Amino acid sequence: MDSSPARPKKPKIGLATWLAAGPGLLWLTLLLAIPCLALIAMAFASRGQYGEVVWSFSLDNLKRLIGYGLFGWSPDLIFILLRSLLVAAITTLLCVFIAYPLTFHMASRKPSIRVFWLILVIVPFWTNVVVRTYGWLLILGPQLPPAQLAAYLGLIPPGSALYPGSFAVYLGMTTTFLPFMALPLYASVERLDQDILEAARDLYANPFLIFWRVILPQTTPGLSVGVIMTFVPAMAMFVVTDILGGAKNMLIGNLIQQQFSQARDWPFGAALSMGLMLFTLLSLSFRRLKTPGQKDPSLL
Amino acid sequence: MVAQVNKSFGNHRVLNDVSLAVSKGEFFTLLGPSGCGKTTLLRLIAGLESVDSGMVFLGGQDVTAVPANKRQVNTVFQSYALFPHFNVIENIAFGLKARKFAPSEINSRVNRMLEMLKLEDFGKRFPNQLSGGQKQRVALARALVNEPSVLLLDEPMSALDPHLRTQVQAELLDLHRKIDTTFVMVTHDQSEAMFMGGRLAVMKDGQMVQIGAPREVYSRPKNKFVAEFLWGANILPATREGDWLMTTLGPLKTEDRVTWSEGHLAIRPELIVLEDRPERAKDNFVQATVIQTIYRGPSVELLLDPGPVKVVTSPRFNPQPGETVSLFIPPADLVALESQAA
Repeated sequence: MDSSPARPKKPKIGLATWLAAGPGLLWLTLLLAIPCLALIAMAFASRGQYGEVVWSFSLDNLKRLIGYGLFGWSPDLIFILLRSLLVAAITTLLCVFIAYPLTFHMASRKPSIRVFWLILVIVPFWTNVVVRTYGWLLILGPQLPPAQLAAYLGLIPPGSALYPGSFAVYLGMTTTFLPFMALPLYASVERLDQDILEAARDLYANPFLIFWRVILPQTTPGLSVGVIMTFVPAMAMFVVTDILGGAKNMLIGNLIQQQFSQARDWPFGAALSMGLMLFTLLSLSFRRLKTPGQKDPSLL
Repeated sequence: MVAQVNKSFGNHRVLNDVSLAVSKGEFFTLLGPSGCGKTTLLRLIAGLESVDSGMVFLGGQDVTAVPANKRQVNTVFQSYALFPHFNVIENIAFGLKARKFAPSEINSRVNRMLEMLKLEDFGKRFPNQLSGGQKQRVALARALVNEPSVLLLDEPMSALDPHLRTQVQAELLDLHRKIDTTFVMVTHDQSEAMFMGGRLAVMKDGQMVQIGAPREVYSRPKNKFVAEFLWGANILPATREGDWLMTTLGPLKTEDRVTWSEGHLAIRPELIVLEDRPERAKDNFVQATVIQTIYRGPSVELLLDPGPVKVVTSPRFNPQPGETVSLFIPPADLVALESQAA
């Protein structure tokens, strides 16, 4: 705050600090910095005739990235990006809507029962996405109660499954990303001071106002971590949308995956990845700029 | 205010047929040890807790079914419960904004509160930049700005440094005098309850034990619990024989009406008179041996046998352990306690 006249001096980083940070730094260098640099380097290479990477500097991939293809400029990529944004946004929103009641329910349980709920949230998080997604495929199949109920209600033609379609996609996406939203949010909700909720109630606030003016600002730290942890991977998700959506709509994740597999165009895949990464970083830094007076310093 | 209210949490009955009437503008204090149900009673009045049975009235109207956010009652919470993400002004304005008051009205009311509670210089500060006393004043302002018909205070002094308390208690009384709102305060601190000067209710195990003015409750405790809870009176087991009450100190007389044949008497340590001329012996004069003398400065405390009986007297006296002293127990101050069911 502005009341501190003398800013603390920048601490000197000694040998001990380097040693302590060493393993972490090594980890980050090996598994984050080097791959990222390799990716960026590859984005400026080009595809050889047989799909191999030709290490000659070229800006072709960047041109393709902003929409210039063989046949001039086309908005296809922008549509793909927008569609991915929409899917990620809806998934995130659904997760928020489910995570609030869920975490409030969890936080108001007895400690012993809380552990049980936490396990319920965490276990799917440990299960492979592909396995879980095929699980949904089975559950939503035409022979089982969910699809039969939907057919009985006239929502789908009799004898068909509940996939492929938006319902299946968002069901799969939401269940995949719910733990990413629920766990950070739970940390915030659990710390929420119950007294201030009562104070708000005592001060004539209706439930909506209590949420909007007290709960939301007080859980912003957990919520924003949850949103980032849901939105960012949801943007790049392709497994769930492919399997449950029937691969009808191309998303940025599918596109990248295709470049590395079927199309054997690693340099363009790298350029796309780089673009997605830049886009994500930009939106994250925008978020930081927007909240300068962040009251919880523990946040990012 | 509340009539025959019952409340249980699980199998634990927190309030047992509690009734209480507080008049408009009164400063009423609920006093009792922790776990006696006084805070629950306060929360029932605020609407933060619902009654199992019984009714809650405010200004003659039945508000039992009215939710907290629609009751004309505001609370100063024990932890103050200020909104950490709002500054002082925003905290105070919260209740008015929730009820959609006009901005100009909000402004003038908030400013009046800032002034009344000497918070003018802190309007833009956040709760974590305030001292305990300032936080408490913000909590008071945040509640009073709504002009509630009743202000509830839940142990408002407990989070303050002890040396601040007396000052803040005086300020609170002063505030009450100025604004003419009904105050209901919960405390476990007997001297705080006395200090506030208004009527007080002593609670125990979810029941009202005694309601009255401080002087009345202190000098005429109804039963053993009240006599002991308020600075520990001397309790003497006694049996009645005609007009006399036989105690370990000897036969005593009281001006109270005694309804039992076997029960307890109470006498305040400072109301026992140390008699230095034992030859004047008459009714209610007894002899006792000094066990211990504690010099307290403004007073001297004697522990006497049989009993042990405690006497608080002028520091002029200085009897040594083993010495025999004569005591006069004024019949008007000797209280016959009700036999205690609770």
